[in-house]
Amino acid sequence: MAKQTVETKTLVEFKNLKTHFHTSAGVVKAVDDVSFSIREGETLCVVGESGCGKSVTAMSLMRLIETPPGEIAGGEILFEGKDLLKLSKRDMSRLRGNEVAMIFQEPMSSLNPVLTIGEQICEPLILHKNMDRKEAKKRAIELITLVGIPRAEDIFHAYPHELSGGMRQRIMIAIALSCDPKLLIADEPTTALDVTIQAQILDLMREIKTKVNTAIMLITHDLGVVAEMADFVVVMYAGKVIEEAPVIDLFKDPQHPYTKGLLKAKPVLNQKQERLYSIPGQVPNPVELGSNCHFHDRCEFCMEICKTKEPPLRIHGDSKHKTACWLYEEEGKVQ
Amino acid sequence: MLSSQVELGISIYKPGGILMRQYIIRRLLQMIPTLIGISIIVFAISAMVPGDFITAKNNPNMTAEKAEQLRHIYGLDKPEYERYFIWAGNMLKGNMGDSLQHKQPVTEVINTYVWNSFIIALATLILSWVIAVFTGVFSAKFQYSFFDRIVTLTVFLCMSLPSFFIGLLLIKLFALDWKLFPVSGMTTAGHNDAGWAYIKDVVKHMFLPTLVLTMLSTGSLTRYFRAGMLEVIRQDYIRTARAKGLKEVTVIFKHALRNALLPAITLLGFELPALFGGAMILEKVFVWPGIGQVYLESINMRDYPFMLGFTIFLSILTLLGNLLADVLYGIADPRIRLK
Amino acid sequence: MSLEAAPVEVNAQVPAKPVKADSPWRIAVRRFARNKLALAGLIIVILMFLICYIGPLLSPYNLYDYKLTDKNLAPNASHWLGTDKLGRDILLRTMLAGRISLAVGLVATIITVLVGATLGAVAGFYRGFVDTVIMRFADIFSSIPTLPILIIMGTVLSDLKVDPSNRIYFLMLMLGVLSWMGLARLVRSQILTLREQEFMLATDALGLKDNRKIFRHLLPNTIPIIIVSATLSVAGAILSESALSFLGIGVVPPTPSWGNMISAANNLIDFRKRPWLWVPPGMCILITVTAVNLIGDALRDALDPKMKK
Repeated sequence: MAKQTVETKTLVEFKNLKTHFHTSAGVVKAVDDVSFSIREGETLCVVGESGCGKSVTAMSLMRLIETPPGEIAGGEILFEGKDLLKLSKRDMSRLRGNEVAMIFQEPMSSLNPVLTIGEQICEPLILHKNMDRKEAKKRAIELITLVGIPRAEDIFHAYPHELSGGMRQRIMIAIALSCDPKLLIADEPTTALDVTIQAQILDLMREIKTKVNTAIMLITHDLGVVAEMADFVVVMYAGKVIEEAPVIDLFKDPQHPYTKGLLKAKPVLNQKQERLYSIPGQVPNPVELGSNCHFHDRCEFCMEICKTKEPPLRIHGDSKHKTACWLYEEEGKVQ
Repeated sequence: MLSSQVELGISIYKPGGILMRQYIIRRLLQMIPTLIGISIIVFAISAMVPGDFITAKNNPNMTAEKAEQLRHIYGLDKPEYERYFIWAGNMLKGNMGDSLQHKQPVTEVINTYVWNSFIIALATLILSWVIAVFTGVFSAKFQYSFFDRIVTLTVFLCMSLPSFFIGLLLIKLFALDWKLFPVSGMTTAGHNDAGWAYIKDVVKHMFLPTLVLTMLSTGSLTRYFRAGMLEVIRQDYIRTARAKGLKEVTVIFKHALRNALLPAITLLGFELPALFGGAMILEKVFVWPGIGQVYLESINMRDYPFMLGFTIFLSILTLLGNLLADVLYGIADPRIRLK
Repeated sequence: MSLEAAPVEVNAQVPAKPVKADSPWRIAVRRFARNKLALAGLIIVILMFLICYIGPLLSPYNLYDYKLTDKNLAPNASHWLGTDKLGRDILLRTMLAGRISLAVGLVATIITVLVGATLGAVAGFYRGFVDTVIMRFADIFSSIPTLPILIIMGTVLSDLKVDPSNRIYFLMLMLGVLSWMGLARLVRSQILTLREQEFMLATDALGLKDNRKIFRHLLPNTIPIIIVSATLSVAGAILSESALSFLGIGVVPPTPSWGNMISAANNLIDFRKRPWLWVPPGMCILITVTAVNLIGDALRDALDPKMKK
């Protein structure tokens, strides 16, 4: 993948985003003070274990957090300079599906079973692009063809249950692309699919990106997907960003012990390994986390300061590589 | 899951499709043994009744001799099993016999009174569905809100109403004390209204019984819709619809409600006997000239041909209603393929 | 929130484990207790039982106090709910009627459960021909309109001149026998899945007899649905009994029941001028049935493991 050296414009900027859920067990800070940005045309991968807050970050951007129990407790999400969290419901609906589109993990259940595929693709076209039914149908059939499904006319009249999982995910992509969004959020788009289909869907996304030049925020726990797709990577752990870097830097020089662990945990072909590495311990209980490094109890380099103080996310070299870890801080080195 | 289903699925299972027709025929054939069982049980229960139409009339001029004669005419002197076969044979020919009380063919009596019951039942059906859909949708959308709690309590009250008592209470309050509605009947006695005036008069008389019936059926329906909506709102495709930027109204009423209504369509089939069966006790309370009241009287008067005929009629409606429910579901839900 | 929060949090975590290991019954009880409407329902039902069964013992009147000087009194200090045309205290009659109505509801339900659970279990256990026959019977019974059949049977009772004091037993039987189908279907479908599970293989290995397998091993697993269905069926039975008694073919005077007390309203003067004769029993039916329905609904939520929140 050719890396762009020219500095491009920032499309989305998360600034100190905090999204909390009020449960009977207490407040879950699913996203706690998260900041990063996505540039135009870039593919940014958000990586982390399940429950680390990566989906919630995306859902906060879409303003689709269910309130209650969820609540965006603070921060800003700037999209082309305007704060999405301050938009009225109406303006937000106009943006959703239009300038920002989203596809989900479960293609089997993400399409409405009682509406035809055509109806579901046409909906945003009629809503956002003011097309009439005829134009919308024409465009929908083009879109179905674009995502690589043959016999688009038949599929237009079919119902979701008549299609396979991979085809449904292609349809979801078609719906997402229908209004030429500037940002496409893909929340684990391939997790629920067979391996061969996964590769097809990723190929499709890459191919489409070159055609329509949309930025992609790809949420995944699969580092293979990251290596294949990403320009830039954000690693999240327990509601926080712990490391972010351009993809090559991250794979070459992972800094945070968690990231290192993740990369070790991944099987590498043609390389003999005794046993697949796994990070010891479990993701901490998300209720009432203290103000410290949340990874401290699983970290082999854990220091006293890690248990009591939260590390800042900072650049520790000259590149765009940021890490939140005391190992790279003055305070850490003192000990 | 293959796309070849695209061609397969849509046409043949739909109305007029070969498989649909086969399915309906098979279900109709399955009804026959059930109907035979029903007819035996119904006949046996009514045969347990010691008196008959002649004694029930309590006519003081009736001599034993004359009574015997009449019994012979009506065929009441034959042994039970023989009477069953005669009756069942006639039923098969579509001949339900003559009502002893009304001196008319049973079918004609049904035809005379059933429509009076039908208008109330239809009004109830429409009202209760509209109310139930809206309250169900809103209490699901605002689950645990104050509105939802009020709805829940009201729903339970409605599901627990003794119909006759509420009927009496409403007559007492609305008709006798506050004189807002007529006390009973279907039209005002002595009036010979026509056209609009007649319709207005009937609607006024209909109001209270319809209100009670609506209360009775809205409760469980609302609960059904609320539960259905709660289930549907959690689905992934609702999130998709929101992510498309659709307005919340569209999300709820187009994407969610359609899915929640699907299983409810089954209930529409089950309403069939209620539409034509009349409400026995309530019609008595409101002195509404409906089929239910006639049915109740026929039991008191030992009017066997009518009583048996109408019971079988109701049973057939119930069976057809079940079939209708399944067929409707098959038509409405693209995923369902009738087996 | 920094140093001190941590140990507190750890402590909060520790008891969480044994709680999770609780028996399903205790979880159900806790879920039920969280439903305030249902708790209110439970309290109302308990109160209703206490009032109906203990109240009459405390009443200064008795059922055969025909004091014609005191007839048709409106509610007052000595007769809280007034008196009827024979001078009998309405409060006392309502309480005694409650005994009958509640008893009919309960016993009818017990019969429903006995018949329904047994037939359902047998159908589900033996499958094949037995199952077909039982389920066909269930189809037949559920296609016959219930209320008319009850009315016809009630008329039969009247014609056979059944002694009024014995009538309630027949009534319980009728109500019970005509409503077993729903429960039988539920139990059957549960048994069908249960019998495929491994613990049944163990009972095969032990060589247990069929009736022991059914009643000791399979049916106990269906108790949650039986409880829920039975609760709702109590409500239904009370309503059916009241309707029949109102028509004069259920519980008949002199035995009082809530339903037959309401038939006082058939007399136009009583209906218009003396609502205390028929409103109190009607309200009792309404309140009791609502309370029972609330309990039944909460039980369904509490006992149904699929309804996780």
